[in-house]
Amino acid sequence: MLPLLLPLAAAILLLLTRRRVSLAVRRRLNLGATLLELAAVLWLLALVTGEGILVYQVGNWPAPYGISLVADRLSLWMLLITALLACCALSYAVQGTDSGSRHFHPLFQLQLFGLNGAFLTGDLFNLFVFFEVLLLASYGLLLHGGGRARVRAGLHFVVVNLAGSTLFLFAVGTLYGILGTLNMADLAVRVAETAPEDVGIVRAAGLLLFTVFALKAALLPLYLWLPAAYAHTSAPVAALFAIMTKVGAYAILRVETLIFGDAAGPLAHLIEPMLLPLALATMTVAALGVLSARGLRRQSAYLVVLSIGTLLTAFALGTPAGIAAGLYYLPHSTFAAAALFLLADVIARGRGALADRLDPGPTVPAAPVVGGVFFFLAVLISGLPPLSGFLGKWMLLQAALDRPGMAWVLALVLSASLLTIVALARSGSLLFYRADGAVRGDAAAAAVTGTGSGSGGAETLCLAEDGRAPGTVTGSRVDWPRLLPVLGLAGLCLALVLAAGLVTDFTNATAEAVLAPERYIQAVLGVDGAR
Amino acid sequence: MEALLAGIIASLTGCGVYLVLRAYTFPVVLGLTLLSYAVNLFLFATGRLTVGQPAVISAEAAGYADPLPQALVLTAIVIAFGMTAFVIMLAVKAQAELGNDHVDGRPEAAASSRRDAMGDAMGDAMGDGQADPGEEHP
Repeated sequence: MLPLLLPLAAAILLLLTRRRVSLAVRRRLNLGATLLELAAVLWLLALVTGEGILVYQVGNWPAPYGISLVADRLSLWMLLITALLACCALSYAVQGTDSGSRHFHPLFQLQLFGLNGAFLTGDLFNLFVFFEVLLLASYGLLLHGGGRARVRAGLHFVVVNLAGSTLFLFAVGTLYGILGTLNMADLAVRVAETAPEDVGIVRAAGLLLFTVFALKAALLPLYLWLPAAYAHTSAPVAALFAIMTKVGAYAILRVETLIFGDAAGPLAHLIEPMLLPLALATMTVAALGVLSARGLRRQSAYLVVLSIGTLLTAFALGTPAGIAAGLYYLPHSTFAAAALFLLADVIARGRGALADRLDPGPTVPAAPVVGGVFFFLAVLISGLPPLSGFLGKWMLLQAALDRPGMAWVLALVLSASLLTIVALARSGSLLFYRADGAVRGDAAAAAVTGTGSGSGGAETLCLAEDGRAPGTVTGSRVDWPRLLPVLGLAGLCLALVLAAGLVTDFTNATAEAVLAPERYIQAVLGVDGAR
Repeated sequence: MEALLAGIIASLTGCGVYLVLRAYTFPVVLGLTLLSYAVNLFLFATGRLTVGQPAVISAEAAGYADPLPQALVLTAIVIAFGMTAFVIMLAVKAQAELGNDHVDGRPEAAASSRRDAMGDAMGDAMGDGQADPGEEHP
């Protein structure tokens, strides 16, 4: 499968050439590989919408024995989002974030390899392996650049995820011990035939799996690792990580509909009763977090948690309309959160020692442009009418109208949106309106004046993001190379609105396919794979 | 044999969970290692416990040992080994950067007053990490 081999080959190439070739060439190599991946994904997407589900049996071992890679609409939708996001994050990273160590580019490609693999695999143990690949790459990326706060947050992130991996293995082992298979399509068949005395233990394994995926998705009791880790890492990495929580959401959706779907007999809809309350509670807590955050990056991290809450609410509705709404909301929230992380970095660079903290400080360089983009993103994220956030939430609420628990969904989604608007309005006014315009010239001067006026506290030049002195952004010139990826992500959201008809047709078809796993099972277990 | 293996897995898991919940990085790393040992044994047992059975098809075999869990365990061991190596290096780096081996990077608060530590942890979770003492002050 092309989307797997490309990043792996690119990563190996970039790793081997790390001492030989100059950074500029490696940047171009990486960008080229990412664009190629995007092209490959688009090609596969055309194939799948034309011919249905593609299955590739690794090593040509027949289905329940070998490892199968499955590309259906859901997988490819996720792959497409990943590839688009990776292009934008990478084009931001080549502006200087990647210069800290030689391993940024290989790690970036390995991360893509892990993500693509997790979306494509049709085997539960293989899913674990790809989770580990993407996690190991993400540990490296998270710590890229170093620094005390980053190391501390990274340690928590690593330990929490290692404990999660152990739980994952326990769940997989239990399922294999009882059902005797790890192929997801085969599992779906066998779960329906579980002996009555084994129902309890399979249920326990299913719930363990759900716990692990909830940890990856940062659902309510398990989200505490996320804000610190995302707030302290470098901007393009945080932007790429916006898709990582969605891996958990994807896994929940896949397992919930495929293995524990309608056909699973006594084990059908195992997770559903818990998912909706947890998702709503996540949304509430995250909205409070957004409101109470004292830095823009931490606020963005809470917005990621908030989007997960909204997304899983949509998935928890369990109807085609709900899942379709979720699948529309997913790319929107990913791109918007990533754009906000990048923009927060642009703003932090212009504010000297104050960085992204929400205190009145010096004027951001090129404030009209940056402020305009911030306003656009705030409208986008909080879900105000003309943009894609509104469309996604509107579809979600409409899907919720005839479901039990409708009142809770409506009330909490709408009040979470309101809290987001309030919080982002406050951040915007603090960052752009209450700035004292006295500070001019380069950002280093801004840093000194910022501490002089008492708002910066004791630290003078502590901001050395990516090892640079904070004097890199000069004057009121617009930092276009850094702003362009942000605008690109915002443009993708705009495209989601403009092509809303096309996209909703696709997500509706995807939701129908996800809720009818028979075709998936047939495609995987059929006598000969499609390819 | 089943009872012995189950007992071993249970005690390894119990010790692992206890150690992971400690406040210093060394016990946490040790706990993660014990947990991964436990899960490896557990995976091994999912193929049922048999003695002296061949895994490869042969004419005179009475039964077979399940070869798949052995492959899974091999993968899991390799991954756990790599992860342990990584987390040890990270713990060493954290020790160097933060000046101590507390998982939150501040031993006094945790040692002297538990209530303060709780308050800090809450503030860290809900608010901004930059408010913590000892951070961002070069």
